[in-house]
Amino acid sequence: MASQLVMYEEEFHKINAVCDRLTKDANAKVVFLVDKNGQLISAAGQTQHIDTTSLASLTAGNVAAMGGLAKLIGENEFPNQFHEGAKDSLYMTIVGSRVVLVVIFDNRTSLGLVRLRIKKASDELSKIFEALSRRAEAPGAGSPFAEISDADIDNLFSE
Amino acid sequence: MSFINYSSREINCKIVYYGPGLCGKTTNLQYIYNKTNPETKGKLISLSTETDRTLFFDFLPLSLGEIRGFKTRFHLYTVPGQVFYDASRKLILKGVDGVVFVADSQVERMEANIESMENLRVNLAEQGYDLNKVPFCIQYNKRDLPNAVSVEELRKVLNPRNVPDFQAVAPTGVGVFDTLKAVAKLVLTELRKGGQG
Ligand SMILES: Nc1nc2c(ncn2[C@@H]2O[C@H](COP(=O)(O)OP(=O)(O)O)[C@@H](O)[C@H]2O)c(=O)[nH]1
Ligand SMILES: [Mg+2]
Repeated sequence: MASQLVMYEEEFHKINAVCDRLTKDANAKVVFLVDKNGQLISAAGQTQHIDTTSLASLTAGNVAAMGGLAKLIGENEFPNQFHEGAKDSLYMTIVGSRVVLVVIFDNRTSLGLVRLRIKKASDELSKIFEALSRRAEAPGAGSPFAEISDADIDNLFSE
Repeated sequence: MSFINYSSREINCKIVYYGPGLCGKTTNLQYIYNKTNPETKGKLISLSTETDRTLFFDFLPLSLGEIRGFKTRFHLYTVPGQVFYDASRKLILKGVDGVVFVADSQVERMEANIESMENLRVNLAEQGYDLNKVPFCIQYNKRDLPNAVSVEELRKVLNPRNVPDFQAVAPTGVGVFDTLKAVAKLVLTELRKGGQG
């Protein structure tokens, strides 16, 4: 089975900091980091009016579908996607083949600047995720749920 | 593949409803959506065709509450049932933590049930999962219809390993939450084992 994604305090703060900085440096509206299975990892910028859970799931669906298309034509994947809207546009980049960086921006910035800043952020994120997977593989990095009881599980469903 | 965040103290798991076209997968999610409190659920997203058939997937995020200080969230997905959407079905199985197979009890859908079960096994294997090891439940849906096959017969054909199974009438909710709870429990029990992969 694919190993699960485990996020620790230290890396989580680093990741949030990268997303925050990217929002500012690229002059973007929102930045999201989503895992390829559809789980939201981090969000920065004007996220108040966005359904972030749905966005994460649809991003993963889109990346998975485009990955399927890529393989059909003999590519491994399409690492970058750009979708241009009337007001807002969206840029997606696959980072370290595991997560997807999504930037939403409008005409207060430019595609060129966004691309440039994404490149830098994505290099930083790759390093953080490498550190995370080393940590997850380290001995003793067991599940926090090793201790849960049947009663704990039953309690979730008691109403 | 669950996602555990120690920092925000959250755990997210992915459950996929699988089964032949029109067996009632989307109806299960719609019922769950209609019966849960607004604060525990997100939007129900359906990527469907104009005739309301699932094109890519339905998606429903649900929060179940806390275990040992961790918020537990389940992301429910359905797959499109029609044979020609096999490519999309494979994608949705990526990173799955638990599977519900929804069978259509009608006698004329028995072939389709068997075919879909086999398709599930093959597609899971392609993603590196073994159906015999993944948290897995079966739901015999459409028990209200006069042409429904007996449960004994369905069990014999679809459930030789005797995994948890439930009878259901999805539009009225019979068996819907029992099925969800059973699979969620299996997923959490699997996590307890270490879930390292
Ligand atoms: N009589 C009856 N109809 C059902 C039941 N479950 C689903 N249906 C109907 O079967 C049709 C297909 O259901 P849907 O959920 O879209 O199937 P899906 O293709 O598996 O997503 C719809 O018209 C449902 O109302 C059931 O238990 N009994
Ligand atoms: Mg459907």
